[in-house]
Amino acid sequence: MTIIDIDHTSRWFGNVVAVNDVTMRIGPGVTGLLGPNGAGKSTLINMMGGFLAPSTGSVTLDGTPIWRNEQVYKQVGVVPEREAMYDFLTGREFVVANAELHGLDDAAAQRALATVEMEYAQDRKISTYSKGMRQRVKMASALVHEPSVLLLDEPFNGMDPRQRMQLMELLRRMGDEGRTVLFSSHILEEVEQLASHIEVVVAGRHAASGDFRKIRRLMTDRPHRYLIRSSDDRALAAALIADPSTAGIEVDLKEGALRIQAVDFGRFTELLPRVARASGIRLLTVSPSDESLESVFSYLVTA
Amino acid sequence: MYNPTVARLTYRALLGRRRALILFALPALLILISVAVRALTGVDDKVASDLLGGFALATMVPLIGVIAGTGAIGPEIDDGSIVYLLSKPVKRPTIIMTKLIVAIAVTMAFSAIPTLIAGFILNGNGQQIAVAYTVASLVASIAYSALFLLLGTVSRHAVVFGLVYALIWESLFGSLVSGAKTLSVQQWSLSLAEKIAGEGYVDATVALPTAAVLLVVVTVGATVYAGQKLRRLTLAGEE
Repeated sequence: MTIIDIDHTSRWFGNVVAVNDVTMRIGPGVTGLLGPNGAGKSTLINMMGGFLAPSTGSVTLDGTPIWRNEQVYKQVGVVPEREAMYDFLTGREFVVANAELHGLDDAAAQRALATVEMEYAQDRKISTYSKGMRQRVKMASALVHEPSVLLLDEPFNGMDPRQRMQLMELLRRMGDEGRTVLFSSHILEEVEQLASHIEVVVAGRHAASGDFRKIRRLMTDRPHRYLIRSSDDRALAAALIADPSTAGIEVDLKEGALRIQAVDFGRFTELLPRVARASGIRLLTVSPSDESLESVFSYLVTA
Repeated sequence: MYNPTVARLTYRALLGRRRALILFALPALLILISVAVRALTGVDDKVASDLLGGFALATMVPLIGVIAGTGAIGPEIDDGSIVYLLSKPVKRPTIIMTKLIVAIAVTMAFSAIPTLIAGFILNGNGQQIAVAYTVASLVASIAYSALFLLLGTVSRHAVVFGLVYALIWESLFGSLVSGAKTLSVQQWSLSLAEKIAGEGYVDATVALPTAAVLLVVVTVGATVYAGQKLRRLTLAGEE
């Protein structure tokens, strides 16, 4: 059992608070750290990886503080988001060097390269690799010592669908083996396909925690707002308000449009065109006014 | 206190970069000048001492020290690839010590050896001048490497600061302000050369005991401090 405990942890940079009083516990299995860009995911991962000291609170691995403790790396593997590697080495040389730094031999490096299926390009210089290949060599370098904790910062960035599938398969397998796998992502679908447990952070705060069904429900059940223009706004408003999927309609005279708040997303999207056709009303504009990821997440914070 | 893998990576990074060309160009220039001077003026102990003191020790050694010292760690911290060294159960002071040893070896190889060759070309080691400046270069290589490795660990602009120190402080202030000479790696190493070379050929402003103490203090101090800095090095994320 390897558990990372983040306890009332904050981290600020000058006047900017990147992580604000977060408490979470990451245990065995695959955990997804979900949040929009700039939410503090990397800051959290950097603290879990021992590259950043918490300003307050503590980040521990099985009770031992991670910051300034090189010994944790015997158990922890880190896959950083940044691209920079030792580009002048071949993939094999790079992974062998990583194995040696753990006190392991070439065989461990070769095993790791086989795990990420990079043997075919292992003798090429890293500078010639595509983004997906770099990502896999980074993975191999983190796997050489078969760590019980694996931390990955945005691992799917720049991968093509096939590579994404392979990496997901690998991470899933590691989670099933009882390892503690944590990866960050700003894409819900990615997290939901892979993670059995999800932690959501928004604007430095811990917004939600649970399995993907719970998070998904929180996200789709929120009120959706639409801006709609049609050939007859008032008639359309009257027809829509009769249905329980709408919670409120405002006739915005200045804009010449309807502002609609829908509570049942699925039902409303089906209802709108049906009602319009039945009443002989032409829809001119239908635009969701708060579909940005930011607003989806910020809804979660208040939920 | 030494990790062969860290050493191999550092050494390949140092010699694999474009900056490494300067490592070859400066010694080549020194030897070229020496051949020309020898051909034009013949054997002259005074000229030999002026050239080795003025160009080799005052300019070439600190420049190569800047490239090797800052280059041994600066670029890795800048681009973040140092994370692959830091995320290992290797003591951070060991990483610094290893990088220092590589920087010293590279600086010595590219400064002391060419100095010795140039000295022999100029006057066949007459008055022990070639050996005197070679020993001075060896000692200066250690202090410069430690100093510039620390600079590379604490600053993103290490090369600029290193050049300012090497060229402005040591060359300009060193010759104008006498106090500045006491705090100059070049002068410390000269005090050693003074003892080896024939009377009156090398002038040092700092007495040998003082110089020895300052050399040790600067080298050890810079290395210990760099090790501490690396333990507390934080890697900012992309955000």
